[in-house]
Amino acid sequence: MNFDLYGFGPALAAGALMTVKLALTALCLGLVLGLAGALAKTSPYKPLQWLGGAYSTIVRGVPELLWVLLIYFGTITAMRSLGEVFDIPDLSLSAFAAGVIALGLCFGAYATEVLRGAIIAIPKGHREAGVALGLSKFRIFTRLIMPQMWRIALPGLGNLFLILMKDTALVTVIGLEEIMRHAQIAVTVTRQPFTFYLVAAFIYLGLTSLSMVAMHFLEKRAARGFVRTT
Amino acid sequence: MEWEVIYKWLPKFIQGAILTLELVGIAVILGLILAIPLGIARSSKRWYVRSLPYAYIFFFRGTPLLVQLFLVYYGLAQFDAVRASFMWTYLRDPFWCATATMTLHTAAYIAEILRGAIQAIPPGEIEASRALGMSKPKTLFYIILPRAARIGLPAYSNEVILMLKASSLASTVTLLELTGMARTIIARNYLTVEMFLTAGVFYLLISYILVRGFKLLERWLRVDACQGR
Repeated sequence: MNFDLYGFGPALAAGALMTVKLALTALCLGLVLGLAGALAKTSPYKPLQWLGGAYSTIVRGVPELLWVLLIYFGTITAMRSLGEVFDIPDLSLSAFAAGVIALGLCFGAYATEVLRGAIIAIPKGHREAGVALGLSKFRIFTRLIMPQMWRIALPGLGNLFLILMKDTALVTVIGLEEIMRHAQIAVTVTRQPFTFYLVAAFIYLGLTSLSMVAMHFLEKRAARGFVRTT
Repeated sequence: MEWEVIYKWLPKFIQGAILTLELVGIAVILGLILAIPLGIARSSKRWYVRSLPYAYIFFFRGTPLLVQLFLVYYGLAQFDAVRASFMWTYLRDPFWCATATMTLHTAAYIAEILRGAIQAIPPGEIEASRALGMSKPKTLFYIILPRAARIGLPAYSNEVILMLKASSLASTVTLLELTGMARTIIARNYLTVEMFLTAGVFYLLISYILVRGFKLLERWLRVDACQGR
């Protein structure tokens, strides 16, 4: 066992940073999509309900890898014709952008269900109290529903984030320079596949453990003021 | 959309779908068999029984399946001992590598589901069986496991769907299952969107059938009636 990893240590660390960046960016997009999906599914309008349901059903039924491939390779012609309209030659999605869109899309589909459950779990009286106080619909959502929703949704979202963190490995198939990609490069040079994939595995293990700890503190913070009754 | 081209390649997609089903079928059945002792050991009260399955589950749930697959398919070739052993004929084959990795991966998840189910059994039922004079193994086989199977079944069906989607990773080790087949066909006709969407429709169809099948199984096992709340 060689402890400086044949000089590939810094490259793997850079890959880990890229993985974290990708996961956090996809998380932001996924939360927005999930919130939109949950609002659509709980709205009183039938077409919106149908749209939210179709989004979460279709996206959850197709493998993440297929979404990554479809969004990266499938948008080449569309992006090129879009580039011609705006007069930008060779417009295309970068591997990072495609990865963020694909993973955000998948995260959002699952988050739709988690957030919908959280919205439903808030007692009806709270919303009615807001209406009685003359708050606008928007105010009721941002001041009454949202702050309470996070507390209920946090454990579910935490699980989804762990899944997202592991799914970032898929983006290596479209060539983004994250952990797996750097491990693969190191393998072709050193011919030590087991060593480097094991190191990659331990980096992922470290990242997931770290996010588990972070999640624990977030949950604790969100639950402050609530006495746990068991 | 080029419908006639999709129609032309349909037999190839069906071939890919069959390989996908084989991968998933073997993985979830062998995974379940492996998970039963793991899950029972994981829910033990003694720390030394509990710790080894815990470490196993922690590793397999904390790392991506892709990394595990590469570790088995590319990684094991690093050791001459593996290359020299009789196992090499299997470990050289991407199909056996993919099924072995998926089995180990899903076993960790199913073991965790099983632990949750075992711990969700009302303690009174176990105490009742002990009070009736049933031995510990008898309690395990007649009370705990049948009860845990019913509590854990909905979560197990979720896991099967997740494995169906995870099986697309087998395309990265040259297997021609649905995703791999779609990529091969795209290399021939360059119809990226059409071919990937066709593969996606196949996945949706398979997961729909699986969900329906598990609903029937739940009704047959009378899962609702057994929850007894």
